[in-house]
Amino acid sequence: MVAETTQERQPMLSVRGIVKRFGGLTAVNKVDLDVYPGEVVGLVGDNGAGKSTLIKCVSGVHQADEGEIFFGGARVHIAHPSAAREMGIETIYQDLALAGNLHVGANIFLGREVKKEYLGGVVKVLDETHMLTESEKVLDSLDIHIPSLTQEINNLSGGQRQAVAIARALYWDARLMIMDEPTNNLGVVEQRKVLSLIRTLRDRQVPVILISHSIHDVFAVSDRIVVLRRGRKVTEKVASETNSEEVVQYIVGARDDTREEIPAN
Amino acid sequence: MAVDSQREAALQPVAPKRLTGMQQFVLTVSRVWGWVFLFLLIVFFSITGTGFLSLRNSQNILVAIVPVLLLGLGQTFIIIAGGIDLSVNYVMGLASVVMALVIRDLVANGVDETLAILVGMALGIVAALIPGLLNGLIVAKLRVTPFIVTLGMAFVARGVGYLLSDGNVVGGQPPGVRLFGNEALLYYIPGDGGGLYFLQRPEAAGEQLRVLERIFPWPVVVLAIVVGFGIFLLSKTQFGRHTYAIGGNREAASRAGILVDRHTILLFVMSGFTAGLAGVLHTARFNGGSAIAGEAQLMPSIAAVIIGGVSMFGGVGTIWGTIIGALIMAVLQTGLVMLGVESFWQWIVVGIVVIVAVLIDQGRDLIKGRAEAQLSE
Ligand SMILES: Nc1ncnc2c1ncn2[C@@H]1O[C@H](COP(=O)(O)OP(=O)(O)O)[C@@H](O)[C@H]1O
Ligand SMILES: [Mg+2]
Repeated sequence: MVAETTQERQPMLSVRGIVKRFGGLTAVNKVDLDVYPGEVVGLVGDNGAGKSTLIKCVSGVHQADEGEIFFGGARVHIAHPSAAREMGIETIYQDLALAGNLHVGANIFLGREVKKEYLGGVVKVLDETHMLTESEKVLDSLDIHIPSLTQEINNLSGGQRQAVAIARALYWDARLMIMDEPTNNLGVVEQRKVLSLIRTLRDRQVPVILISHSIHDVFAVSDRIVVLRRGRKVTEKVASETNSEEVVQYIVGARDDTREEIPAN
Repeated sequence: MAVDSQREAALQPVAPKRLTGMQQFVLTVSRVWGWVFLFLLIVFFSITGTGFLSLRNSQNILVAIVPVLLLGLGQTFIIIAGGIDLSVNYVMGLASVVMALVIRDLVANGVDETLAILVGMALGIVAALIPGLLNGLIVAKLRVTPFIVTLGMAFVARGVGYLLSDGNVVGGQPPGVRLFGNEALLYYIPGDGGGLYFLQRPEAAGEQLRVLERIFPWPVVVLAIVVGFGIFLLSKTQFGRHTYAIGGNREAASRAGILVDRHTILLFVMSGFTAGLAGVLHTARFNGGSAIAGEAQLMPSIAAVIIGGVSMFGGVGTIWGTIIGALIMAVLQTGLVMLGVESFWQWIVVGIVVIVAVLIDQGRDLIKGRAEAQLSE
């Protein structure tokens, strides 16, 4: 049903034939991916399958060697993460990408600091109070309590760091949310919280790409599931039409939808 | 299951840090030791050395720290961002030479003295911005490590400075140059018929001229303005925040959308600017330009930054720290000389202070680390 409704609409993100090489290694090999408004796409695959590399091509961290990216219907060239963020692509990275020497509030607003203006805008000063209260609000909405938001990230536990990374992406009104292993480091309660957040985003028509090792989590929220193996997309399934055993078979290479197609190319 | 309980544990809110009284004490001391040490030095030299706590000596110390602190200012930004600039001393010399040459030749060609001085100062600084820009471009775009780029640039700037000046001091400066370098904001003549004079140098002769005190010579005023702006920039603005972020986690800064390359280039240009300003003030103070004007200032400028608590790994430090570092060195040097200690000793003492300063910073990190380890148990 989901597949039918999405088919008629324009994808928010459309990736065509993306190739990314690191030296002699082809980390992502001719991958196509569409993400429609109001859907969650689960991106799964073994370690080193190329999931993170693929989403980094979308978030501007990497430049694809081949292929095209369309966003909101238009062909885009995402030369830098700043470009992706300006378009409304927010990303929670697997390694969190936090500055350990800066405090919680500074990290949530990193790159998008709020400033107070003086002398008609000539002098711009960081508005710490505003950034800290806003940070508190977004963390509260995640049910995460961090004793002091002026603590350096270095002093926080893994779960708290993860929460800061999630809060940072959520704070901004994203048009596409990419989450690379967002439930890593989290306790069971917080994992559930993140899954319900993903549903909330979908209900608000914000599409989500979810990368996770937990097949269970992926099935809990995804509308479609894309499996990568050794850089190639080996299948794409509507979640309600498959099951975890089948997906695992694709992940480990026991099944591969592209095998028949190879001679045709 | 085991994994889940670990995950749960990881999310337990961090309890407010509980340090032992001793740890707390050591932490506090390690944070403010610079101020305390400076204060103790001043007290010590005031008691032991006659004339240390005089108006004149205080002004001598301020004048002495001008080049160290200017070079250290650009250096502070760059080191916080995780780099280093080894070219500042010869870039300072280059600026000094260019300014002196321009003024000498303009005045010789009948250009108005004030105009010649202004143009000379401006071109001196431009001459310093160019190597700064090149440093930044090579570091950011060609990905060569700052240590090597700026080491190379130091040699280049030195060579260009020598070529332009034929290896000599460039003289032939009009009087305005020396006045800018040596006259002051305030003047004070103690005793009868004396007083405080603002902006206007009093007519003084004989004994009065001997006791005339210059308070806040122009180079010190310029230093104060630039350092004040630097403090504001680093601690209050987005630019400063990004500087820390880049030093803390360059990749994270970039992924957050910060234009790291552009920022890096700007930092090296800024360092060129402060080095250029130091060169201009050198020419003014010594009434001539020299390619080796800053030769002796590179190591002290880095030492000031380190004593001030800036981590060579980036991401940590303040300009106040660098100011304290520069003051500690200047007070030590003048104080020891006034005590009659053979002046060579000052190097040994400064060297020890640099190493001890880093040990104190590391000790602080160790205590903080232990506290965190206790918490995560
Ligand atoms: N920056 C990089 N430089 C070189 N090789 C990389 C880089 N990033 C990823 N790789 C390689 O690309 C492959 C895919 O990695 P990655 O995208 O991280 O996989 P996944 O996220 O699916 O575990 C791996 O073999 C990895 O070692
Ligand atoms: Mg990954």
